[in-house]
Amino acid sequence: MDTVTALVEWFTVPMQFEFVQRALLVSVVAGLVCAVLSCWMTLVGWSLMGDAVSHAVLPGVVLSYMLGLPFALGALVFGAGSVALIGVVNRTSRVKEDAVIGVVFTALFALGLVLVSRVPSQTDLSHILFGNVLGVSDTDILQVLVLAAVVLAVVWYKHRDLTMYAFDPVHAHAIGVNPRLLETLLLGLLAVTVVVALQAVGIVLVVAMVIIPGATAYLLTDRFERMLLIAMAVSVTASVSGVFTSFHLNVSTGGCIVLAQAALFTVAYLFSPRQGVLWRGRTARALRNRA
Amino acid sequence: MSAAIEVQGATVRYGEVLALDDVSVSVRPGRVCGLLGMNGSGKSTLFKTVLGLATPDRGRVRVLGMKSAAARRKGLLGYVPQSEQVDWAFPVRVRDVVMMGRYGHMGHRRRPRPDDREAVEHALARTDLTDLADRQIGALSGGQRKRAFVARAIAQGADVLLLDEPFAGVDKRSEATITDLLLQLRRAGHTLLVSTHDLSQVPALCDEALLLQGRVIAHGPPEQVLEPDVLLEAFGVPTSKGATWTR
Repeated sequence: MDTVTALVEWFTVPMQFEFVQRALLVSVVAGLVCAVLSCWMTLVGWSLMGDAVSHAVLPGVVLSYMLGLPFALGALVFGAGSVALIGVVNRTSRVKEDAVIGVVFTALFALGLVLVSRVPSQTDLSHILFGNVLGVSDTDILQVLVLAAVVLAVVWYKHRDLTMYAFDPVHAHAIGVNPRLLETLLLGLLAVTVVVALQAVGIVLVVAMVIIPGATAYLLTDRFERMLLIAMAVSVTASVSGVFTSFHLNVSTGGCIVLAQAALFTVAYLFSPRQGVLWRGRTARALRNRA
Repeated sequence: MSAAIEVQGATVRYGEVLALDDVSVSVRPGRVCGLLGMNGSGKSTLFKTVLGLATPDRGRVRVLGMKSAAARRKGLLGYVPQSEQVDWAFPVRVRDVVMMGRYGHMGHRRRPRPDDREAVEHALARTDLTDLADRQIGALSGGQRKRAFVARAIAQGADVLLLDEPFAGVDKRSEATITDLLLQLRRAGHTLLVSTHDLSQVPALCDEALLLQGRVIAHGPPEQVLEPDVLLEAFGVPTSKGATWTR
């Protein structure tokens, strides 16, 4: 009985604090949106792109603070701008795409670092880089909710086209649907999602939020609809446990959320009924022994 | 009557590389044309040109008498990809893949209506995949995978089908099954452009064959194009007449 009480209190005690409630709201909403998008990111293979867009928004965030604008505005401009820049340099030079991505996002991130060192002290670099979900403001929450709703609505409307693009862009082209447009749409959704997620975990760890849930779900199912549901479950579980763990241990919230995601990925990696490496190892050994 | 596929004097360059050199092809409706040539001979580029994925520097492309883009918008062009271009671990079922053939007929959200579902079931039945429709696409054998993509083109209602290496990675029995299926499509009035470097199915399947090596080496009845002398020119083996084919 004591353990049950302790477990209940583990959740209820932090919930008495308003800042925990707010952190939970932002983390769960961000987790949901990231989980949905992560399924397409995993299938298209855009983890590096996620990393790039998230780092490239830094100057936008800093400029927004300097100019007193909503942080999401600057972040979106630089997120979309970095994607466009990567596309242009990729198409107009012989440099391979991964190298172009490496050049563009580090350059923009460096610009952000330089800018932040010239900004008055109320913007804390570490909060932008590593997240500060326990200290989100009302306007931050509003921005997260609005952007999350936009992403979810667009995905709901276009999910079949996005899956067709991820599976067979040539077929899309052959039936008169422009795959370039769908690619641009997915990149735009990525940019907005990154802006949502960086409130929860900060710029550096955003890529985890838009990859790990989808990658975990991909190990567990062959059905896309189930993949979406599993990814959402993984992500929300990680957000909730991350927020509470960080409260009790007094450690980084973003770090806890991403660690929880990584833990769930590891479990799926080892124990997935069909894809788990443990079972595969055992089946292979059994086959060898029989031979 | 206008040709189903018509390419006139198409020249396509990738940077410095000349992929297609003044290629002209005309395939009449209801015929099966085998597209033969080595790797790098321009077979894929010719497909891309017909599909409108590669833009010729010179020349023009017509599909059923209209521009490629117009034919695509009407859903008249079906494409069956090479195995290597498909992510077989992708979490879609066979039925989902076939349903993608219907997307051009649907609204923006691509929500299937009863006639879309009917078309999918019909296409699955014609390709003998009804019992396998709920499998993940990669859980099919080589021949079944090809048929799933043919089913997608059938569901789409495409009149002109481009098939990229449909016999690659397929066992002998499935080869015959695929040939039968394609011949059925021909009888139903479809036009097929089939690239292959497996020459064994060409006589049974094709009404005509086109031998490509950057330019058109030969185009005509299969038995003419498959003449050793002609093949020698395309495959460029420096040896005395016919010797390579007797080995």
